[in-house]
Amino acid sequence: MKITKETILEKDGYRLHILPSKKYKTMNIVAKFKAPLKRDGITERALLPHVLQKATNQHPSVRSFQAAFENLYGTALSSDGSKKGENHVISFRMEVVNESYLNDNEPILEEAFQLFHNVLFDPKTVENGFDPDIVEREKQTLEQKITSIKDDKMSYANLRLMDHMCKGEPYALHVHGYQEDMSSITPESLYTYYQQMIKQDMLDVYVIGDMDEKDVETLTDRYFHRSGSTNEDNDQVSVSKDVQDSSEIIEREEVNQGKLHLGYRTYTKFGDDDYYALQVFNGIFGGFPSSKLFMNVREKHSLAYYAASRFESHKGLLLVFSGVDPKDYDQAKSIILDQMEAMKNGDFTEEQVEETKEQVINQLKETMDNANGLIEVLYHQMLSGIDMPADQLIENIRGVTKEQVVQMAEKIKLDTIYFLTSHEGGEE
Amino acid sequence: MEELVYQQLNETVYQETLDNGLKVFLLSKPEMAKTFGIFTTNYGSIDQTFTPIGQDEKVTVPEGIAHFLEHKLFEKEDRDVFQDFTRLGASANAFTSFTKTAYLFTATSQVEKNVQTLLDFVQDPYFSEESVEKEKGIIAQEIRMYDDQPDWRSFFGTIQSLYHNHPVKVDIAGTVESIQEITKDDLYTCYETFYHPSNMVLFVAGNIEPESMMTLIRENQGQKEFPPAPEINRSYPDEPTHAARKEHSITMPVTTAKAMVGVKEDVSGLKGEELLRRELLSGMILDYYFSKSGAFYEELYKADLIDDSFQFETELDRHFGFTILGGDSRKPDEMAARVKEMLHELKDMRIADEDFTRMKRKKIGQFMRALNSLEFIANQFTHYHTLGVDLFEVLPVIESLTADDAEEYLKDWLNEEAIAVFQVKPQSNES
Repeated sequence: MKITKETILEKDGYRLHILPSKKYKTMNIVAKFKAPLKRDGITERALLPHVLQKATNQHPSVRSFQAAFENLYGTALSSDGSKKGENHVISFRMEVVNESYLNDNEPILEEAFQLFHNVLFDPKTVENGFDPDIVEREKQTLEQKITSIKDDKMSYANLRLMDHMCKGEPYALHVHGYQEDMSSITPESLYTYYQQMIKQDMLDVYVIGDMDEKDVETLTDRYFHRSGSTNEDNDQVSVSKDVQDSSEIIEREEVNQGKLHLGYRTYTKFGDDDYYALQVFNGIFGGFPSSKLFMNVREKHSLAYYAASRFESHKGLLLVFSGVDPKDYDQAKSIILDQMEAMKNGDFTEEQVEETKEQVINQLKETMDNANGLIEVLYHQMLSGIDMPADQLIENIRGVTKEQVVQMAEKIKLDTIYFLTSHEGGEE
Repeated sequence: MEELVYQQLNETVYQETLDNGLKVFLLSKPEMAKTFGIFTTNYGSIDQTFTPIGQDEKVTVPEGIAHFLEHKLFEKEDRDVFQDFTRLGASANAFTSFTKTAYLFTATSQVEKNVQTLLDFVQDPYFSEESVEKEKGIIAQEIRMYDDQPDWRSFFGTIQSLYHNHPVKVDIAGTVESIQEITKDDLYTCYETFYHPSNMVLFVAGNIEPESMMTLIRENQGQKEFPPAPEINRSYPDEPTHAARKEHSITMPVTTAKAMVGVKEDVSGLKGEELLRRELLSGMILDYYFSKSGAFYEELYKADLIDDSFQFETELDRHFGFTILGGDSRKPDEMAARVKEMLHELKDMRIADEDFTRMKRKKIGQFMRALNSLEFIANQFTHYHTLGVDLFEVLPVIESLTADDAEEYLKDWLNEEAIAVFQVKPQSNES
C-alpha cells in the first residue's frame, strides 16, 4: 500500500500538516486545540465551540453566518471535544467541495479558508466579551446536552463507569462540562478563557484533499496567524493506577435493558512496543463479531444483541460493554470474566491470531481511506512522538505472536464492573 | 456489460443484468484501499402479506420476519458466516429497512473471494428449528435496546400516529411477542419468494477491476440453478390519506420532553424523476425554513421551543411517505402548535430566487460530500435504482429546479388532516 505523504511545516504559532490525496471530492480542513484536561475551565472549554460556531464579526447575525456557509456549496462546519489520555482536544472541522468538480470552477476554497479563520480567530464580540445573547442561549443548549446524556443509556453507563473507575484522575472529568459552573460564566469570562486557549493551546492544522501543496501553504499563510504563541506541547501524562482489588457497582434506573460495562487497565499506550499486541488481543477478545465476547455472550448463550470491547490508546483502558436482560446479570458477567480468563490461559489458536491480525490491518486501512480517520491516526502518532509510515505499522501488527497476546492478557487488570439495571432486576 | 460515464463527477458505473435476472453494478475507485460490496433484496418489513411462490393464497407472516431472516442467513449448518469473512480479513454486516434487506462487507484484500462469499451465503439458506429458537433471545435484546432509546420511540411513535393499517407502522424488528411466532417454515417461505436474483441488486464499489469482477460474478451465478423469475404479488391494506391519530403521547424516563410533528405524504403512483424532484424540493424547502439559517428555526430557537436536537426529514418510498420535524423541547405543546402553524404558513410563501439558488448550492455540496463514501454511493444507488432513479443524475435534476417549482409544490403540499403530533413526556417523578 502507498505510504501516506504528509508534509509538516512549522508556521506562525501552529503546525501545518498537508496531506495531498485524490480520494475525495472535497477538501477537509481540521484545527485541533490541545490542553491538559483540568476541572478548572472545563465547562468554558465545552461551551466555546458552541459560541464560536454561531457568528463572527464579519457575519454577526446567526442566520447570515449560516447563509455564508450555504453559499459556499453547503460547506460543513462542526466541532467536537474529546479526551486523548488526560488531555482535552477540541477539533474544528470544515469540509468544502473541491472547486474542480463545480461547473464554473468557482474559487470557493479561499473563501472557505477565510471563513474558517474568522470562526477561530475573529468571533463576534460585543465590548469586552462575546455576544451576551449568544452566550446565554448556548449555555442553555449545553446544559440541555449535559442533562440528556442520561437519555442515551449506553453513553450514560460508560460515563458512570468512568466516574467510579477513574475517580480522582483527570480522565474522569466530563468533556461536556458541568451544570454547576454555568451561572458563573459570563460573556466576558468566556472571552478571557477563549483568549487564553487561542494563545496557549497546542494547535495543529490539517488540510487534506486533491490540491497543490504550495497553494495550500499560500492560503494558510494568508489567513492563519498566531503571533506570540510558541505552540509548545503542553502534554499532561496520564495517571496509571495500580489496581489491587476490583469493585462492583450497581445503579438503578427505569430501563428495559441492563447495561453491563467492565473497565480494565491495560498499562499499555500508543507508542509502546506491545501496543500492537494489545490491538490483536482486543480483536480476539471483543473487537469483532468473530471475537470471544460476541461468540459466547451472544451466539452461544443468546443473552445479548451486542457484546464487545474497545481500548483507549492514551490512557491505557480496556472497556467491555453489553446490553442484557436485568435478570441475566450474573450469567453474563461470569461469561465475560471467563473470556478474559481464557485469554490469559492462551485459549485461542494460532490461526485465530493470524486472522485477527488481518482484521486489525483491514480496519486500519479502512480508517485511512477516510479523511478524518487518517487525520486521527496521524495526530495520535504525533502526540506519541512516533513517525511511522503505514507500512511499518502494518508490519508491526503482522509481527505479533500468540505468546505476546497472552502476555498482554496477563498484564491487563480488572478495575470496575458496572451494571445499570432496572429497579427490580439484578442483585442487591 | 454496459458503461455509464458521468463526466462532471468523474465516475463510471458498469452495469449488467445477468441471465437469472440479478442486476449488477460496479464502480471502480483504484485510489481507495477499501472495497464495499452490498447485496440487496427489494424486500423489507412492510412486505408482510403476499402470495408465496408456487401458491395461490395470500399469507400474512409474523411482524419482524424480514429482519429475523436477515439474522438467520448468517448461520449455516456447520458455521457462522461472520467467521468466513473474518478468515478473509473482511468485516461483514447487514440491515433491514421498511423496503429492503441488505448484506454487506468491507475489505482491503481478497476482494474477489469476499464477493463470492457474499453471493454464496445469501443464496444458500439453512434454517433449523433449533437455531430459530436461539435467535429469539438475541433479537429480544435488540428490541429491548430500542425500547430504551427515546429518539427511536419518538420516530416510530410518529409513524404509528400517521398510519392506520399500513405495515410501515410496525417496528422493523417486530415485537418481543410477535417474533415468538416465527418458524423455520415461515423463513423459507419468505426467502423463496423474495430472494430470487431477479428481485435483487449487487453493487460493488472500490478497489476493483470491473472487467474481471463482472466475469467472476457472472460465473458464480452461472453455476447456480434458479427457478424462472416469479412475479411477486405483495399486498398492502387500504390506507386513508388522513392521519390515524392527531395527538398522542407516551411517557418515558427522559430528562426532556420530545415533540414531533408528522405529515403523511401521498406517494400514490410516484416514481422516477417525479419522486426525486419531490424528495429534493421537500428537503430544500424544509432546509430553507427549518435549518439553522432559516427564519422558522431562528424563531423557535430564540423562543427556547427547540434546541440543537431539532431535526427534520422526508422519506418517500414505495407505498408510503412521511415528513417528520421535531426534537427535544422544554415546551412541547407550544412547540408542536407553532410548528404546525408554520407548516400552514408555507402554503402562501415564496422563496426568493436568490435564496433558492443558495439552497441549490447547498444541496449540490451535500451531494458531493456524500460521494466521498463508497457506502453512500452503493446504498443510495441501489435504493434509487429500485425507485427508477439514477443516483448520478441527481445533479442535473437539482440544477433544473426553480423557485417556481418550490412555490408550486408548497401550494398543495399540506393537508391539515394528514398531520399528527406525537410526544414523549418525562415521567412525573423525574425532573
